[in-house]
Amino acid sequence: MRLPTDPRFIEAVGHTLVYTALSVVLPLIFGTLAAVVFHAKFPFRGFLRAVFIMPMMATPVAIALVWTMMFHPQLGVLNYLLSLVGLPPQLWVFQPSTVIPSLVLVETWQWTPLVMLIVLGGIAAIPTEPYESAQIDGAGPWQMFRYITLPLITPFLFIAAMIRTIDAVKSFDVIFAITQGGPGSASETINLYLYSVAFVYYDLGYGSAIAVIFFALIVALAGVLLHLRSRTLWTEIGGGA
Amino acid sequence: MNIRAILGKIGLAAAVLVIVSPAILFFLWMASLSIKFEVDNAAYPPVFIPDHFAWKNYADVVASNRFLTYFKNSLIVTGGATALAMLVGVPAGYGIARMAAHKSAIVILIARITPGLSYLIPLFLLFQWLGLLGTLVPQIIIHLVVTVPIVIWIMIGYFETTPIELEEAAVIDGATRWQVFRHVALPVARPGLAVAFILAVIFSWNNFVFGIVLAGRETRTLPVAVYNMISFDQLSWGPLAAAALIVTFPVLLLTVFAQRQIVAGLTAGAVKGG
Repeated sequence: MRLPTDPRFIEAVGHTLVYTALSVVLPLIFGTLAAVVFHAKFPFRGFLRAVFIMPMMATPVAIALVWTMMFHPQLGVLNYLLSLVGLPPQLWVFQPSTVIPSLVLVETWQWTPLVMLIVLGGIAAIPTEPYESAQIDGAGPWQMFRYITLPLITPFLFIAAMIRTIDAVKSFDVIFAITQGGPGSASETINLYLYSVAFVYYDLGYGSAIAVIFFALIVALAGVLLHLRSRTLWTEIGGGA
Repeated sequence: MNIRAILGKIGLAAAVLVIVSPAILFFLWMASLSIKFEVDNAAYPPVFIPDHFAWKNYADVVASNRFLTYFKNSLIVTGGATALAMLVGVPAGYGIARMAAHKSAIVILIARITPGLSYLIPLFLLFQWLGLLGTLVPQIIIHLVVTVPIVIWIMIGYFETTPIELEEAAVIDGATRWQVFRHVALPVARPGLAVAFILAVIFSWNNFVFGIVLAGRETRTLPVAVYNMISFDQLSWGPLAAAALIVTFPVLLLTVFAQRQIVAGLTAGAVKGG
């Protein structure tokens, strides 16, 4: 029972929760917007959709490597882009206070496409009649999105949120390849701490204990989301009457 | 066309541009880094298209660090894990779909939820005890954790949508269960086989966490080899970016040419994942 008093573990839980919350919410917002755009018809739509999903298909270690170069404080292209719009240069992943937001930026860039695909499936399933009658009633595009699209894609948003939560909690490749949990332990999540304990210090027993707690946490998060989902469906049925 | 329609078209084009530019710019910048000499990679302001192309970055990567060995390792691990997964997963998916065994389908989901590292602790000890750690066998076996659930999950979806009447007709004609599967169900589900195969290949090829624990000097797969290059030459960005691009290029190519299958597979897996 070392876990509850292990300060590094508690810190890792905190990092995991912050990282996960941001890495669920941001891809969900951008993915939904992207799905609305991709639902429209335009030339080269198939090819552009393929390009759009490239970040999630590409080898994570390879893209992490390039992001590390882009984050470089002196030579990185990100600070150059910031200077173009008049913003001061950042230290990105090289300083504790900005390391998690920087990693979330990578995670969001990488996984917004998955949310887009799920939500796009949801939008495609909506019949056209509600939009037609709304148009007759004089509704604008925002009103149609807010009062027709959004309620009807809610179940898909929940599925996307659940998958995103599970994957963000487990996130390993990108964090490990860019920061190895550093600087210090400022971006060490539970998964990275588990790796260190089990395969750097070779304390496989303690590692197993962390793995069990970690798995329980993931199941609990998935359970909470499933519970929320059933409640929304209930209110939808109730509100629809 | 009136002005509103034209404005709408321009707005849509702008929105599409904004949405795809992070991906496009990133991969273009990756390509740019990989063909520049160090002088250009260290230049400020950054150079996008250099005066001289450093194709030798690619030649250096292929020639150095036993890159071809690692490439071969990746091919064997991904090929082995995908072939085994198809062999086991396709009949398993058929069985689950036809028996309507939804509980066993949930077991597959648990495999999707479990963090990869928690498989590694017991299996690492097992492989050590069996003395397999110097070979590629442990990696092929553990990659099954990635490939088998993908194949089963996608095949359940495809077999559930193929009409059962065809199979009943075959049974009436005297076909055995195996013949029904081999000659009726399998040909009908061929698009599903392609989807399952492509996704299993990609996710096995990309896998990093299993290799970093299980691979020795001789048994690294490409992602692990690329990661190890970082510590060796911290400052030669050109060859590093070239190596990264070589590793991920097959996947990017597949994404463009098989995007319909990939999108179908991802959405089926994801939507059913709820």
